[in-house]
Amino acid sequence: MDRLDIGGVGIDLWRQGTGRPVLFLHPGDGFPEDDPFLAALARNYDVLAPWHPGFGNSDFPAGWATVDDLAYFYFDLLDQLGLEDVALVGASFGGWIAAEMAVRGHNRLGRLVLIDALGIKLSDRTTRDIADFHNTDAALLETLKWANPEGRQPDLMRYDDDALTAVVRSREAFAHYGWKPYMHNPVLTRWLHRIALPTLVLWGAEDGIVKPDYGQGYAARIPGARFEQVANAGHFPHIEQAAASVELVRAFIDG
Amino acid sequence: MRTYHFSELPYPDVWEGRSSLRVNIPNEVYDPKVGADLYERFFDEWVLCDELGLNIMVNEHHATATCVNPACTLPLAILARITKKARLLALGVPIANRPNPVRVAEELAMIDVISRGRLDMGLVRGSPYEIAPTNAKPVGQMERFWEAHDLVLKAMTTRDGPFSWESENYHYRKVNIWPRPYQDPHPPVWVTATSPSSAPRIAQNRHVIATLISGVIAKDLFKAYRDHARADGWEPGLDRFAYCAIVGVGETEAEGLRRADQIADYVRTSPIVAKEFASPPGYKKIPAEIATIRAGPNAGNRPLKTPEGRLIDQKTATVEDFIEACSVFAGTPDQVYDQIARFYDFTGGFGNLLMMGQGGHLSHEETVANLTLYAKEVQPRLQELHSRPLAMTAE
Repeated sequence: MDRLDIGGVGIDLWRQGTGRPVLFLHPGDGFPEDDPFLAALARNYDVLAPWHPGFGNSDFPAGWATVDDLAYFYFDLLDQLGLEDVALVGASFGGWIAAEMAVRGHNRLGRLVLIDALGIKLSDRTTRDIADFHNTDAALLETLKWANPEGRQPDLMRYDDDALTAVVRSREAFAHYGWKPYMHNPVLTRWLHRIALPTLVLWGAEDGIVKPDYGQGYAARIPGARFEQVANAGHFPHIEQAAASVELVRAFIDG
Repeated sequence: MRTYHFSELPYPDVWEGRSSLRVNIPNEVYDPKVGADLYERFFDEWVLCDELGLNIMVNEHHATATCVNPACTLPLAILARITKKARLLALGVPIANRPNPVRVAEELAMIDVISRGRLDMGLVRGSPYEIAPTNAKPVGQMERFWEAHDLVLKAMTTRDGPFSWESENYHYRKVNIWPRPYQDPHPPVWVTATSPSSAPRIAQNRHVIATLISGVIAKDLFKAYRDHARADGWEPGLDRFAYCAIVGVGETEAEGLRRADQIADYVRTSPIVAKEFASPPGYKKIPAEIATIRAGPNAGNRPLKTPEGRLIDQKTATVEDFIEACSVFAGTPDQVYDQIARFYDFTGGFGNLLMMGQGGHLSHEETVANLTLYAKEVQPRLQELHSRPLAMTAE
């Protein structure tokens, strides 16, 4: 993990591989050091996976409170590193950040992949689109997150203080950016048509957090977007079906 | 010593056999006819307090069968009109969960005027399980609490308004509350604390520090407050300190213990809440949150410690255990006086006793007897506490 300073904000950055740059924006939980999805992508691309400001060990700048802050921060990152024709890949919460960036548009971006992205509101006022990560029974939440929850829960009891601090910081940051309105930006939905990038919306067929029809709704609002489902995968197809997901993402980026 | 009677306004008929008494307990199990009778009796008990020379404290919780008062200011507004002498303590208004602190200032100021200056204004952060029903953000809640505090006090003390307030949390262009409070410059402010680390900021503002049914930790809290005040060059009077305990007084020891035991169902049921609402992200500081993770299934059990260091499990404790942990004072009037006096000395003294004189299934008749015995046999003797040297010092 590298340490990177972007405009005075220090973040952790996982970077591997060579080729076309892929900027991966992680879900609320972050990502493991040995993430198979990232490792597989790094065989073909220059993969950059930053820890969002406030998450893990990355700095939490005072006053940052919205996903807008994160979107603009990543524009700063693209500019500072001078990346060109970037494939922007965001999963879950990271997908929300990616969508906010794509709506604004930037000449360094070349492709957009949204994986089970949060961030928009489609249903009526008493119907939740996004399951509650925070107010849901823990065992039930796991069945919403995974097609097969078996063995997916990290054993936090074995973590040392530093590792647990990173976990707790990520939990706080996730809640901070997404508490109210819950995990979405009411404004974002009506501006998705601004996205001018070739876009793949990739979805776990068994996602219980944001269901596939939400993903279809996302894709329907982005001009020309393709919608693909990954079988036997829940909210994190890139983790649960890494090989199949990499295949689809690679075909799209190179296509 | 001032005594305030406190009841959570429980709705205990539906407590049995439930895994969560808060947030997700549907209100179909609440019967408004039963509820109306309950409010009537609670108001009768408060009027009795006024006649007995006791003061009155109310609190608030949301979406719960443990407390059917969702707004401190509502009963206090009625009590401001129907009581004559009692001081009226809100402990308190969860200002960090209220979207509109100026509205809080307006409501409290009006109560203060109606009561002709009898309001004590408790401002609290609120329990973790209050986050879900109010949808307030748990991250940054403490900072928001102090900002709301500043705004409420500025609204109450500004005499040449309107003023404006634009910050991360609150946006106002014309703040100018009518009425302004009766007490000048504003009603006394009370703030609750559960950890000595909270005490300095409360002391810095010279507010009353209150701690609820927390046993021996009161000693460290009060010491932290006194230390900070003295370092700041002032000596806090006893009126700056408040301790809340369950109190059961009886003609016999057995009767007092039985009453306290029934009231203590409050602390036994209080932690019964579905786990997902018990510890929202950011509510605790990081080291405390790590400790919660490490505690695993035992998280949420906050044992009380006795002065001798024995740990008491609040969900299963007997009334004798609670007495040992100083969260209950119970027995005959003499015994209750002795227990209060011992704790008073142990903590270095306090000028406000918040007496939980009703709780759980304790009936109206039993509550009346409890309050009356306390007011006649215990309360008058507590004045002695201030005029004699402490048996132990808190230093």
